[in-house]
Amino acid sequence: MSEAGTQVGIARARAGAMAGASSSGPTATTRATVLAALTEVMDPELPMVSIVDLGMVGSVTIGPSIDVELLPTYVGCPALDLIRSAVTQRLALFDRPVRVMPTFHPPWSSDRITPAGLAALATAGIAPPTDDAEARCPLCASADVVRDSLFGPTQCRSLYYCRSCRQPFEAIKPV
Amino acid sequence: MTMTTLRPAIVAGLTDLIGTMADDEFVIGFSDSEWTGIAPLLEEDVAMSSLAQDELGHAAALYGLLADLTGSDADALAYDREPGAYRHARLLDHGRGDWAMTIARRYLYETADAVRLEALVDGSWAPLAELCRKLVREERYHLMHVGSWFGRLADTPGEPRDRLETALAVLAPDAGTVFTPLDGETGLIDAGILAASMSELETRWRSVIGPTFARHGLAIPPRTDRPARGRTDHGAPFDWLWGEFNTVRRSDPGAIW
Repeated sequence: MSEAGTQVGIARARAGAMAGASSSGPTATTRATVLAALTEVMDPELPMVSIVDLGMVGSVTIGPSIDVELLPTYVGCPALDLIRSAVTQRLALFDRPVRVMPTFHPPWSSDRITPAGLAALATAGIAPPTDDAEARCPLCASADVVRDSLFGPTQCRSLYYCRSCRQPFEAIKPV
Repeated sequence: MTMTTLRPAIVAGLTDLIGTMADDEFVIGFSDSEWTGIAPLLEEDVAMSSLAQDELGHAAALYGLLADLTGSDADALAYDREPGAYRHARLLDHGRGDWAMTIARRYLYETADAVRLEALVDGSWAPLAELCRKLVREERYHLMHVGSWFGRLADTPGEPRDRLETALAVLAPDAGTVFTPLDGETGLIDAGILAASMSELETRWRSVIGPTFARHGLAIPPRTDRPARGRTDHGAPFDWLWGEFNTVRRSDPGAIW
């Protein structure tokens, strides 16, 4: 996890905690406080985005245990075990057991990325998921871009080249 | 329909179906990974490695489902069998070959896999239907990738076209083996898990690839009737691949990563 990613995560978690907690006592175990805590768990392959903003968190149910559904971005996502243990670790501050349940229902889709997630990706030079015709360079906003490869450094990204500012860039694959 | 309410005959049919799908994805994934570092273009090196990662991920999910169904272990299913016990389609048994062979094999396989997945996405057994709906989203990119290469080779006269025709001729007798009939398929169809028989799916697949072959003036592989051998007798290229993908596993059995 990059330092920048960690800082963004901490800032968000603080904001979340202030919104969710009413006093200085132990954090109440509510859906809101759990979600706020999860905004501190960053995606290992996109460390500028939390798993919440990436749309990987499905249902969060508070009962005798905290049940968190995790939607893998890709079936073969190599980071899933890492994310799973990071979630368990982050939620350890609450007063009950944590169950993390990966599910393909509903399937993760790039449409699940939140506006905040898209903004964080854009800041890191990664374009949002769009059709080729709609693709824009995240660095100079030019539409004069060409797709170099459907496949990129991770399963969720494609490679593009901007003919205007002559820079390569990555884009999230629409799935 | 939950796992506990499945009749034994359905469990047997599912074991057969999911086992063959998992072996198909596992073997093509490892075959694709053979291009890592030596693909003809840097972008293709990345693409083949990413495709391999996808396919092996799909295999892991399918073996996981199979392990839940049969009370076994996904890694053991993937690695601890003798070569003769693997049930992938013979289409995947021709060794890596050249780039044209890889594209021809991937094209025939991906188009067949897409037809098979379509027959499963609306199935009545949720764990398999949900997984297949997720797989379809990823396989769309595989189809785009291999479809564009297939067209490129077919439309470039001389060596590219010649090599593609040679590869297709070698693969032709095994082209339809993804649709080798399964013992329990009638039960799966009756239970609403599988939409049509393998034979019917092969007909659908031929109607999908027919126009592409016709447009490029390529001979469509003839329908062959070799049900008994479609997923057995894998031969020397697979024995070699098996030795490769098992190297680490056998070097330290039971190791935990």
